[in-house]
Amino acid sequence: MPYVAPSTIDEACDFLRSNPGSRVFAGATDILPQSKAGRRLPEFLVDLKRIPRLTGLNVDDKLWRIGASTPAAHLTRDSRLSGEFPGLVEAAGLIGSDQIQTRASLGGNLCNASPAADTGPSLVVNEFSAVIASPEGERTVPVTAITTGPGQTSLTNDEFIVEFLADRPAAGTSDAYQRFTPRTEMDIAVVGAGARVSVGPTGEVTNADLVLGAVAPTTVPIVGISDALVGRSLDEPGLERAADLAKEQIEPISDKRGTRDFRIHIAGVLTKRVLRTAAERAGAES
Amino acid sequence: MKTHVTCSVNGDPVEFLVDDSQTLLSALRDELKLTGVKEGCGTGDCGACSVLLNGELTCSCLVFAPEVQNSQVVTVEGLADPDNLHPLQAAFLEGAALQCGICTPGFLVAAKALLDRNPTPNEKEVRYAIAGNLCRCTGYDKIVRSILDVAADLASESETVGE
Ligand SMILES: Cc1cc2nc3c(=O)[nH]c(=O)nc-3n(C[C@H](O)[C@H](O)[C@H](O)COP(=O)(O)OP(=O)(O)OC[C@H]3O[C@@H](n4cnc5c(N)ncnc54)[C@H](O)[C@@H]3O)c2cc1C
Ligand code: FES
Ligand code: FES
Repeated sequence: MPYVAPSTIDEACDFLRSNPGSRVFAGATDILPQSKAGRRLPEFLVDLKRIPRLTGLNVDDKLWRIGASTPAAHLTRDSRLSGEFPGLVEAAGLIGSDQIQTRASLGGNLCNASPAADTGPSLVVNEFSAVIASPEGERTVPVTAITTGPGQTSLTNDEFIVEFLADRPAAGTSDAYQRFTPRTEMDIAVVGAGARVSVGPTGEVTNADLVLGAVAPTTVPIVGISDALVGRSLDEPGLERAADLAKEQIEPISDKRGTRDFRIHIAGVLTKRVLRTAAERAGAES
Repeated sequence: MKTHVTCSVNGDPVEFLVDDSQTLLSALRDELKLTGVKEGCGTGDCGACSVLLNGELTCSCLVFAPEVQNSQVVTVEGLADPDNLHPLQAAFLEGAALQCGICTPGFLVAAKALLDRNPTPNEKEVRYAIAGNLCRCTGYDKIVRSILDVAADLASESETVGE
């Protein structure tokens, strides 16, 4: 299982094209435990971390760029990113322990394609797109086009994510992420919830989006959240309506972490909490 | 395939030959005979294998050995100087923060990573910083107290220096 560490995107693409048994990786915090559990390591391991564009954070007037292999710890330490996407940074800061966060990447979290992956709901709710490198060149797709089911993505073996892009949030817009786990640390989400809320000058909601994780094979954007909340201050009937919408639109399974009914109940609770937090951050009256 | 790795371990330049699928944990223990670093789970859950990789707290069981080419690695063996234990080691002994001891190297390295970044942590920060380290013997309390003792000493030292 030879290890290679290309230093440019072109070099990586060339290698992947001529060695079909290859697999890219960043933090290895998913692939190494999986290989311990019996899954075979690929024929070639392609380390993406030596490619500069994949391991940095960049912001200009309009756009954030987050290198796909940037460790979560670099996200949580960046005060500007935490200011503009507090929810995404919250999600990154929930991945495992400090030891894991110095290695775990957004690209790995998304492409490992666990339904419970913590950064999925925040990437989707903030409308991040992903720049994908392939031997044919680069293309940009919404992150929702990447995960197709548990452990499955739409990328072919010679493709990888270079970076994630999102518009800088407008004034009066903020996000939040919350999850439920039986233990406070080092546990996997039973339900995860990412919200983004915009408020107007008088504190009324002008837009609201909600995406849930761990309640279906891939993340679930809940339809109708804006309609339930827009034009109102954050009152209990509006939040109740949002929670009902969430509970109606998910298809969770029962497993050792929680039953279907419990997940549906928790989805409702988290919906209200996470929308309230995002709205307060955006400047709504609490 | 084998890779010839050149890096620095505990400040010393070292070279070793590893199989590409070997982990850093295995390279440290089996090639360099640095057996302070322990294997508990091998899957990132217990923290017994914690090292500093380029200053960052990392599970060496989740790093492929060839990745550390030209990098700096610090293990528990790098904490003490030839004459003195590291203050954290002394505090763990004084505070009886270990029993069987298999978790201790990992806790010491995690605690060092915390104090390097935040010399004055509160109890909550200490508990979060060692959340990736498991101990089946002590019940954690003595570990937390010992780390807080060192932090308190650091704080009073820097006050004295400041005067
Ligand atoms: C102890 C422990 C606790 C954990 N806790 C959590 C948790 O609380 N929440 C959570 O969500 N996850 C958790 N995880 C899982 C894991 O840490 C995350 O999913 C992490 O984000 C994976 O990133 P990585 O860079 O380490 O992935 P890697 O293991 O390097 O890669 C994972 C997968 O993604 C692919 N991949 C990686 N980068 C790219 C890219 N740029 N383009 C295309 N494909 C790519 C790889 O081929 C592989 O299939 C935990 C893991 C451990 C060991
Ligand atoms: S041996 Fe590495 S975390 Fe347990
Ligand atoms: S002292 Fe035995 S596991 Fe911690």
